[in-house]
Amino acid sequence: MHLSRTARTALRIGAGLGFAVIYVPLLLVLVNSLNPDRTASWPPPGLTVRWWSVAAHNSGARDALWVSVKAGLGATAVALVLGTLIAFAVARHRFFGRDTVSFIVVLPIALPGIVTGIALNSAFSTVLEPLGVGLGLFTVIVGHATFCIVVVFNNVVARLRRTAGSYEEAAMDLGATSFRAFVDITFPLVRSALLAGGLLAFALSFDEIVTTFTAGPGIETLPIWIFGNMTRPQQAPVVNVVAAVLVLLSVIPIYLAQRLSADTATSSRV
Amino acid sequence: MEGMAIRLQGLRKSFGGTTAVDGVDLEIRDGEFFSMLGPSGSGKTTVLRLVAGFETPDEGRIELAGQEVTGLAPFERDVHTVFQDYALFPHMTVEQNVAYGLRIRRIPKAERLVRARKALAEVRLEGYGQRRPAQLSGGQRQRVALARALVGRPRVLLLDEPLGALDLKLREQMQVELKAIQREVGITFVFVTHDQEEALTTSDRIAVFDQGRIAQVGTPAEIYERPATPFVASFVGTSNLLEGEAAHRITGSAGTYNIRPEKIRVLKESAEADEPEHATATGTVSEVVYLGDATRFLVDLDGGGRLTALQQNLETSSADVAAYRGTRVRLQWHRRHAVRLPS
Repeated sequence: MHLSRTARTALRIGAGLGFAVIYVPLLLVLVNSLNPDRTASWPPPGLTVRWWSVAAHNSGARDALWVSVKAGLGATAVALVLGTLIAFAVARHRFFGRDTVSFIVVLPIALPGIVTGIALNSAFSTVLEPLGVGLGLFTVIVGHATFCIVVVFNNVVARLRRTAGSYEEAAMDLGATSFRAFVDITFPLVRSALLAGGLLAFALSFDEIVTTFTAGPGIETLPIWIFGNMTRPQQAPVVNVVAAVLVLLSVIPIYLAQRLSADTATSSRV
Repeated sequence: MEGMAIRLQGLRKSFGGTTAVDGVDLEIRDGEFFSMLGPSGSGKTTVLRLVAGFETPDEGRIELAGQEVTGLAPFERDVHTVFQDYALFPHMTVEQNVAYGLRIRRIPKAERLVRARKALAEVRLEGYGQRRPAQLSGGQRQRVALARALVGRPRVLLLDEPLGALDLKLREQMQVELKAIQREVGITFVFVTHDQEEALTTSDRIAVFDQGRIAQVGTPAEIYERPATPFVASFVGTSNLLEGEAAHRITGSAGTYNIRPEKIRVLKESAEADEPEHATATGTVSEVVYLGDATRFLVDLDGGGRLTALQQNLETSSADVAAYRGTRVRLQWHRRHAVRLPS
């Protein structure tokens, strides 16, 4: 496509502005976590890691981090199993309502999180509480899994669609049972997609706030902790540190997931 | 008596309303190079997949070497397949690909390697064992797929349009090689193709598929010289139909006749028939096409109808050929080459 000089410049400026709007505030959070001034005055009078060590000793933040890690791992595990199973069903088998299934699997990511959260909350309290299961880590995991399944499903289904079904047929043709064909051929071919999907799912779960409604009173994930402490002025520096940690912990899995998808996209095509 | 490698009886298969295979009976002998020829959608690939076990028939029976296998899974049948897209496992080396079937059968590693290398040598790919499929050319991948399917010495080898993705030169070379390999290993080859020339040059026998059924089974010469239906006549080679009034006037009886273009000689209009077995017809050359090794004449017959005649360019050159357009000619052929087709 040919673009005039002015158009090119305008597009570049537009793109630059767009990225700036997204990333400058995040950078500010990072800088402020190193700002010695409690009220985050600008420009920062210096740099300090004092707030990081304060945050590290803040038991509320530490507990929240630990809860977030457990919730993320749990939701990722659930999403990996269920997402992969659905992906295989949709990509490799023909059945009545197949298109509907792939639609309703993807839907939760588009639904407003607050609606999903409230819906889950009322469902949990009417169904689970009479059974003696209160809101807690378990319900947080279930809530997170609703949208984590989507990313695993999307990753795996995309990979399966790119790898021909004839690989499995070829393995069975050479004497492998369906299970053996899966272990020897299919699994190695989708492994990196699974890993990428899992990393994305973990990152998504880690900073999810709206399904907060599924957490019980004693359960605080990192985002919920931030939310609760944001309005307390004396906690502001620690909130900045926790926010910076959250950003860093989300960036790493997403970066790895991107690299994994790119790698195997080229090498698995023969 | 010769054994039967494959026997199909009353095979039927439909996919959601469309009938892919509509009553196929077929016997393929041990050690044969057998082709299933037909246009796309004629059911040939579905028959192959039914024999391999990737699909189960709605009706009918499949026997391999006298044993019924109709309901068995692919891994329970002594049949290997060369896939159209080769389906080489991308995460394994060439050697691991070839040895995969042996690994499944728990053959010790040392023997596996020896046999895989031997199979690679058979397809002239020595020294390529450590490469990945992605590092090979299309023709080399095709050979790896062949080696992988042959190494376990199956009773029957199924080949699903294996040369379709190769360019013309390579395809012709592989046709010759396939035939040579088949003769060497003595395994029954069942070869699916839509390319009539490929089927004619490689096969011992051919089944021509038309709309889920077999239109004709026979040797290449039988199929080509004595097509059983108008469909076979037009699908295999160029059909040249003489019908209705014209057919009656020239051959003496009504009906539809097919005459292959190369059986017809183009003579001067004044020429007399050489022998009583020869039939002739006069007409005007409406089109001349110079093909390099031969020339194609389209002749409008005086009594109606049009025939194509193919002449080897023994002496003519492209310059002479153009001069034929619009001239009067006499076409002559041996009566036995006018094959009557059922209408």
